[in-house]
Amino acid sequence: MPHRKDLKKIMIIGSGPIIIGQACEFDYSGSQACKSLKEEGYEVLLVNSNPATIMTDPEMAGITYLEPLTVELLAKIIEKERPDALLPTLGGQTGLNLATFLSREGVLEKYGVEVIGADISAIAMAEDRELFKNAMTELGIEVPASALAYNLKDGLEIGKKLGFPLVLRPAYTLGGTGGSVAYNIEELEKKLEFGLDTSPISEVLIEQSVLGWKEIEFEVMRDSADSVIMVTSMENVDPMGIHTGDSIVVAPAQTLSLREYANLVNLSKKIIRKIGVVGGANIQFAVNPEDGGVVIIEVNPRVSRSSALASKATGFPIARIATKLAVGLTLEEIDNQITGKTTCFAEPTVDYCVFKIPRFTFEKFPAADKTISTSMKAVGEAMSIGRNFREALQKGLRSLETGRYGLGSDKKDVWDINHQFTGEEKELIARKISVPDDERLFYLRYGMLAGMSVDEIYGLSKIDPWFLHNIKGIIEMEKELYRYSGVNALPAGILEKAKKSGFSDRQISFIMNSSEKEVREKRKKENIASVFKPVDSVGGEYPAEKPYYYSSNEKHDSGAVQGKKKKVVILGGGPNRIGQGIEFDYCCVHASFSLREDGYESIMVNCNPETVSTDYDTSDRLYFEPITVEDVLNIVEKEKPIGVILQFGGQTPLNLAIPLQKEGINILGTSPEAIDAAEDRELFRQLLEKLSLKQTPNGTATSFEQAAAIAEKIGYPVLVRPSYVLGGRAMEIVYDRETLESFMQKAVDVSQERPVLIDKFLEDAIEVDADAICDGEECVIGGIMEHIEEAGVHSGDSAMVLPTYSLDKKIVKEIETATKKLALELKIKGLINVQYAVKNSKVYVLEVNPRASRTIPFISKVIAVPLAKLATKIMTGKKLEELGFTKEISVNYFAVKESVFPFNRFPGVDAVLGPEMRSTGEVIGMDKTFEMAYAKSQIAAGQKLPVSGTIFISVKDKDKKAVVAIAKGFQDIGFEILASSGTGKILNENGVTARIIPKVYEGERPNVVDFMKNNQISIIINTPSGKKPKKDIISIRDIAVNRNIPLITTIPGAKATMVAIKKLKENKISVKSLQEYHADLNK
Amino acid sequence: MEAHLVIEDGTVFKGESFGASGESCGELIFNTSMTGYQEILYDPSYKGQIVVMTYPLIGNYGVTEEDVESGKVHAEGFVVKERSKIYSSWRAVKPLDVLLYEHGVTGIEGIDTRRLTVMLREKGAVKAGIFTGRNNAKKMVEKVKKSRDIAGVDLVKEVVGNNPYFWSKEGSRKVVVLDCGVKYNTLRLLSERGMKVLVMPAGTPWQDVVKEKPDGILVSNGPGDPAAVPYVVKNLANLIERYPVFGICFGIQLIAQVFGGKTYKLKFGHHGANHPVKDLNTGRIYITVQNHSFCVDMDTLDKNDIETTHINLNDNTLEGIAHKKFPVFAVQFHPEHAPGPPDAVYLFDRFRDMVELR
Repeated sequence: MPHRKDLKKIMIIGSGPIIIGQACEFDYSGSQACKSLKEEGYEVLLVNSNPATIMTDPEMAGITYLEPLTVELLAKIIEKERPDALLPTLGGQTGLNLATFLSREGVLEKYGVEVIGADISAIAMAEDRELFKNAMTELGIEVPASALAYNLKDGLEIGKKLGFPLVLRPAYTLGGTGGSVAYNIEELEKKLEFGLDTSPISEVLIEQSVLGWKEIEFEVMRDSADSVIMVTSMENVDPMGIHTGDSIVVAPAQTLSLREYANLVNLSKKIIRKIGVVGGANIQFAVNPEDGGVVIIEVNPRVSRSSALASKATGFPIARIATKLAVGLTLEEIDNQITGKTTCFAEPTVDYCVFKIPRFTFEKFPAADKTISTSMKAVGEAMSIGRNFREALQKGLRSLETGRYGLGSDKKDVWDINHQFTGEEKELIARKISVPDDERLFYLRYGMLAGMSVDEIYGLSKIDPWFLHNIKGIIEMEKELYRYSGVNALPAGILEKAKKSGFSDRQISFIMNSSEKEVREKRKKENIASVFKPVDSVGGEYPAEKPYYYSSNEKHDSGAVQGKKKKVVILGGGPNRIGQGIEFDYCCVHASFSLREDGYESIMVNCNPETVSTDYDTSDRLYFEPITVEDVLNIVEKEKPIGVILQFGGQTPLNLAIPLQKEGINILGTSPEAIDAAEDRELFRQLLEKLSLKQTPNGTATSFEQAAAIAEKIGYPVLVRPSYVLGGRAMEIVYDRETLESFMQKAVDVSQERPVLIDKFLEDAIEVDADAICDGEECVIGGIMEHIEEAGVHSGDSAMVLPTYSLDKKIVKEIETATKKLALELKIKGLINVQYAVKNSKVYVLEVNPRASRTIPFISKVIAVPLAKLATKIMTGKKLEELGFTKEISVNYFAVKESVFPFNRFPGVDAVLGPEMRSTGEVIGMDKTFEMAYAKSQIAAGQKLPVSGTIFISVKDKDKKAVVAIAKGFQDIGFEILASSGTGKILNENGVTARIIPKVYEGERPNVVDFMKNNQISIIINTPSGKKPKKDIISIRDIAVNRNIPLITTIPGAKATMVAIKKLKENKISVKSLQEYHADLNK
Repeated sequence: MEAHLVIEDGTVFKGESFGASGESCGELIFNTSMTGYQEILYDPSYKGQIVVMTYPLIGNYGVTEEDVESGKVHAEGFVVKERSKIYSSWRAVKPLDVLLYEHGVTGIEGIDTRRLTVMLREKGAVKAGIFTGRNNAKKMVEKVKKSRDIAGVDLVKEVVGNNPYFWSKEGSRKVVVLDCGVKYNTLRLLSERGMKVLVMPAGTPWQDVVKEKPDGILVSNGPGDPAAVPYVVKNLANLIERYPVFGICFGIQLIAQVFGGKTYKLKFGHHGANHPVKDLNTGRIYITVQNHSFCVDMDTLDKNDIETTHINLNDNTLEGIAHKKFPVFAVQFHPEHAPGPPDAVYLFDRFRDMVELR
């Protein structure tokens, strides 16, 4: 069947900001969908609030709305744009939920919008537990026994009936938020209460647990002719009980015999037919390892994180195909672009082993519980490919960029190989194996080193013995290596064997007590080199036209080809983490597009399966590899590019600048020396001095004594941080000597060779970000953004507005001039980001980043200039003049970038903003006025901005005066004011009528928590004092996060929120497409 | 112990031996299935062939008692990238190497199977040998060159027993399976559908078959060159107009010959579990299991008598035929699956319906 001619305009809903559970994979699938629909001649209408995505580039969809993803605004967009159909399966759970709500409220029916891909009844069958259970029972598939609880009492009864352990799944939350496992009645009570609070409809599914069973997933696809194929199986190394997003996953499944495997494939095909999805679905089973019993866990009737992984693991682009199927094409009618010969009606077969390892960032949330369970906590993931399990595993570990270069012997071990373990240590190891956290893999190794058997470890972890034996194989290889001392004594055969088990040069050099370079040279001498093998979806049965590659230690290479075109290698950013996410991938993708436009062959290196950069058609060639010196050198030696671009992938590739340059590799764009000048404190000081730019008083220290001396000289508070880090890693504002001491202990550990930077902290200063592009001779400012929150809040966490809204023109001009001076002095070729603090009309330079910054996609969208693309062209020799970008763009609207935080994943973590970045994603709000743009940004970030109701105010002493005007503002627009005693007193004295309610520790009831729990508070202003907060205050913030009550922790934020709410009351919120905004620019 | 995989063109791959020691030669073919090595090894159709698995990790779940597809392991040799030294499955009773050892089959691991696959894809199936222990390269190559070519060789008689036997005696209808190298799953699927199953060697005189008063005949899969068994074709010619007939794989090649069709050898055959086949009558496409090196030439069949019912979407080769007058149909793929997805078992239902209608 050809594609449907009765549809003209198709709407896609994106998944919004990057949050835990919904990351870049939906940009990847959404971008594929846009391209796919355009190929078939449809007009595409896209709505997404995330400006850092490729899908929201104005040319991806014809009509792009960067508006908040709410039913109200989507209805307005539908009313205005009148799409014929809505494709809800590409925007994650967000997209699916919104489609359901739009249908429920009659919007789709009213405007005659047809839901394609998975219609509303299909979505309901997969999402509604009761309908799902019935459907599965009809197919004869077992579902774990379960019941719904709406209150604590019923829930406890259900729990007693079902028996422990139990899994709790709050309804309508995403990525398992609020979910948990309860082992006894006490835990059930505590966790159920939390779960009920988390669920927006106070509904929790209590389910019999199949903890410890094998967790097996399938990706299946179905077309409108009812043909079904299975794309791949995946097996979780971590068995049932850990969210699949937090599990280590291998593809294909490794421990199922054909009989079990074929049975599950067959069931999967029955299920997708029953549910009636036209497109792709993810199906999860649990299999009892003792007798093969099978239960179905869940079905996702849409593309997902798993489908992105499956696509990257097999070379079979599920999102692209799902889109085409949704508009009526059949599998047989879609070409397999990887082979160029076969159709998509074939089940991919692979000839390698794929690993996905989750990336956690617990270091950002020291107070968080590190245990991993049914509520997802990982912020990203890395994928690796090898010809065996051991190789893929070790490559995966070095792809994670957690400082590990394999499973052990990489300088990071807690205990070395010959350690004699004490009884206490063995107990700790056993505990870490049975109660998993992000380090479990390494503890499996310690357990083996401590003499635990595979059976014992299986008993503790329920990780399949096949996986454990393979891990043991790595350790045996490691021990074999330790028998040799020195690279020269190491026999070539042993070295080769170690490489085949995935050992990195770094690990081998550690064991041999030599340098990485010596190991590399030895390998070269012995002709032990990594070769490249293709991912082709057919296991080599047919020639492939557009495969991608992974390295493996074999002899026969089928990678690089030398053609006529000049080649450029782009290093990607690796797995998502806080501080390095989609924004950098966006820049890498633009670099690739730009190179291809100019006739270069673009070669991408990255290991993040969620991203657009690792899509098979983004670059001319893709290497799915870790971003380390060894792995990059392997590629560069084969490909022989004219240079490498590393200023787009964030700090990871930037850290490789000097090592790669030392190996004689040409670094395109800004020189490594300039990068160093910006990062090195002393060089930086000299630079500013030379340019007569101001810096806050500062110093560097390598010991606590030095640090204390500097702090005393410049005066507390001081801002302290290690050098060469991204995302404010370990950055803190320190108010006294005592805190400084504890910081120094932690910080020195963070970065041993590099000193700690100490700056005078400017209180209540306005922070400003400037991004510019420079060709070495000329510099143009992309945008100057004013932060809403005061300096001291990490720039990745504060809201910011483009253009500036309160700064004096003179100051803006001064910032512009300073930025240009810096760029020209550093001879920047590409992008540069400078951060400033403005206090008492003085401008201080805080830091200079000679690379693409997190704000590039945001600015590019707002000013309608693709900065990363232009920067790429500069790196390959073009001038700004040639590129036609010689003058700043001034916009006649406001755009606010707001950050989105994962606090709801980490109960007990204080939800305040600070110098350590903790947001996972961003949204944009655009409108004619600052107030409305800010309001939109808040709504887009998930704040339910109330236009009436009650506000609770409790601020630290320093802020009490400033909050008066804000409280007055709220009172004027009809809000009732509640306040803590201290704040309330000041308010009442200054003409605001505030009702004083008790804090929890004051003992009286009802207290503030009671008010919150009774839904009597609709918004909270609560600023933290500099010192460690009282438990009481944290619990207020905790409950606010869990119950999704808007929580504002800064005075500027409170002020902006007040004016935004005022605006919302006065004006109706309206929608406008990005293309319409851009058209205004030219007026 | 070291081992070598030697190709007739002189290429020698070094690896490690597992399973039986010694030497064995055969036609080298690759299989792209990611699971199901036990079913593959037991498939009589692999007689005369050395199987290369494109999936690199083999042996993970060991060998079970239930997944036996014939009386013994028939493949001449087994080539893998990495053989799992341990196995993990609640049903497994022994590891892969023990199975090969017990059946006297040589295995070799540590081979770059990807490279081998690409070579076979480009050059077509070749003669090869596995030699365990230390051996002289030149001598090994000589031996491989001298080994028999399976074209024109009757391999059926090497895999089929001499005596008929009942697989199941329960059922209202009786089916005779003409055994050219049948897989047990074919027999299981027939008996699951309520049929008495009598297995008779393919060379059984047709008169003896008639004496059994069958309600239908299934011509099974089998190894080697379908043109090398004219005696089976002749037998079949005398049965085909009397009973409903269902042919699988080798079976389609024999049935086609009865109707004057010719077979030819494919470059590297179809061996895998992911081949898309279209049923031309329903338009529906199935993912099928395949294992054949020979194929029926579509153009040699009389269009007045025979209709094409299935084709392979990858290379448009013939996958199924039906007779226009008689209740006779056959497919080139394996609806009995094992190893692979059971998507096409509907053909067994179709056969049962035919048998019951008679």
